[in-house]
Amino acid sequence: MTERTSAPRLSRRALMGLGAGAAALGALPVAAPAQTPAPVKTAARIVILGGGAAGTAMANRLVQRLDGAEITVVDGRAQHWYQPGFTLIAAGLKPSGYSVSRTGEWLPSAARWVNEGAAAIDPDARRVTTTGGEVLEYDYLVLACGMVLDWDAVEGFEKSQVGANGIGAVYAGPEEAAATWKAMDNFTDKGGIGLFGRPATEMKCAGAPLKYTFITDDYLRRKEHRDTSQVIYTAHNDTLFSVPIVNEKVKLLFRERGVDTRWHHVLRGVDAGARQAHYDTPEGRKVLDFDFINVIPPMRAPQVIRDAGLSWADRWVDQGWAEVDPETLRHRRYANIFAVGDVAGVPKGKTAASVKWQVPVVEDHLVADINGRAGTAVYNGYTSCPMITRIGRAMLVEFDYENNLTPSFPGVISPLEELWISWLMKEIALKPTYNAMLRGLA
Amino acid sequence: MKELTLATLIAVFEEIYGRGLFWSLVVISGIITVAFVAVLIRDRGIASRWLVRAEITAPLGAVAAVWFVLWFTNSHLADIGGPIDWIVIAWIALAGGGGLTLLSYTAQAILGHAPRAKT
Ligand SMILES: Cc1cc2nc3c(=O)[nH]c(=O)nc-3n(C[C@H](O)[C@H](O)[C@H](O)COP(=O)(O)OP(=O)(O)OC[C@H]3O[C@@H](n4cnc5c(N)ncnc54)[C@H](O)[C@@H]3O)c2cc1C
Repeated sequence: MTERTSAPRLSRRALMGLGAGAAALGALPVAAPAQTPAPVKTAARIVILGGGAAGTAMANRLVQRLDGAEITVVDGRAQHWYQPGFTLIAAGLKPSGYSVSRTGEWLPSAARWVNEGAAAIDPDARRVTTTGGEVLEYDYLVLACGMVLDWDAVEGFEKSQVGANGIGAVYAGPEEAAATWKAMDNFTDKGGIGLFGRPATEMKCAGAPLKYTFITDDYLRRKEHRDTSQVIYTAHNDTLFSVPIVNEKVKLLFRERGVDTRWHHVLRGVDAGARQAHYDTPEGRKVLDFDFINVIPPMRAPQVIRDAGLSWADRWVDQGWAEVDPETLRHRRYANIFAVGDVAGVPKGKTAASVKWQVPVVEDHLVADINGRAGTAVYNGYTSCPMITRIGRAMLVEFDYENNLTPSFPGVISPLEELWISWLMKEIALKPTYNAMLRGLA
Repeated sequence: MKELTLATLIAVFEEIYGRGLFWSLVVISGIITVAFVAVLIRDRGIASRWLVRAEITAPLGAVAAVWFVLWFTNSHLADIGGPIDWIVIAWIALAGGGGLTLLSYTAQAILGHAPRAKT
């Protein structure tokens, strides 16, 4: 794989940084950019759908690599959400504003931002129509529009319920995450039955439902209500995590913590008044009482992707993820379309950490294409999940398509050990790394 | 993490502290280091009476640094899990202790007069 940094130059800079002449650094131009190949001259029209984690990082990287390209980012949301922060907000450790910034502040000035959603894509005519009716013709299209949370699929649930009657929904947004903390704080003050679980669809950050179970368990212990409480985790199938070795470890920890796991339970509805949750199980409908529940709905590709016929026809048919090659993220039927981030129909990789690995791959193939060459970069399915196991400890779980563990710091930070340093990664290093990624710097 | 280069690290630290604060901290620690080297050259060596007093501040710096990091990250000493955690804590303590020693030595050497007898 081609990397853009040149080692000798870096080590010289490293020496300068560490040496006694550190003061001289102040006089240097701030953060000289790593050596990048000369920008490729082009008049290509590139449309990026979505200005979230993937779209923004993509736009910033392409602006650096291309000279003269007409880059348009289409996203109707004015707020940018740092979603990995939702877990910390719902744990009462950060305010809701921790995850909120403005979409516009991250986008490069060299790109045009259309502050509207995409309403239709015509991949044959190479045209996107926005909700405002603007028509954007493109040579290349990057799908980075994430996913939609299908709240309607949970009968009786309304986002406005979150925060009252023991209803939580960490995924719903920063405000709802803060309201979830209110409900969870109340619950752990008294104890009772807590329900946790995950949807049966693909989902972003599959570790997040487990993290929140561990965090709530931790609060019950700190407030000395664990003995009189029941923590129930409803798994959608017979596993807790798709990577077998991680699955075993989480099972072990759940046993240790006394988490009562129910297999093959898929949430279908909530009755906030009666404080009951309804599940589909192989034995039919089951009802569980709760004093607190974290509702996580099914997740699907945005409708516009499915309407345009860009989804897999024979996989995830109820979810509609974009039909891309798992290694190059190029659409299997339209060579000028790529997908990055949550919308990509690949078996792993719905995390921000994956975005960091996917963006350079799409960048490589897209720029090579413009240059009349073939790209070489490959995405191996890298996905990472700092699995919080209590406040102050986490496991830095990283893996690929083959379910291999791929630790960033092999031999130093072991992936299946509950460590404080892994907690530090989530607490202080993740957001800065994410921001650096948005700027195209990491 | 994909590629942990110095450029990535700098970008991440700029995000943690904010660009202005990060580079101010770099410059300040650079100035202290240069000042320390300058008084060493001026005095042609380490003056023991300042060193002894400076060293007294080391445990203070070490404890303060560890306390600050734990407070800042919502964690407790009980969260320390494996050996790597202890190593990180030791580094933080060392940095805090060493940093404060350096600072207090340099401050004394600049504010005080040149030592009468060289050690
Ligand atoms: C609770 C929670 C915890 C998480 N924890 C972690 C973690 O610890 N580590 C980690 O790496 N990841 C974590 N993630 C996952 C991570 O946030 C996502 O994987 C990441 O944001 C995906 O980036 P994206 O750009 O694909 O989607 P997003 O960042 O969601 O951006 C999608 C963008 O597309 C826009 N859009 C939608 N529809 C359209 C349309 N029709 N037209 C135009 N634009 C559209 C949206 O407005 C949005 O701005 C977590 C997520 C959640 C919810």
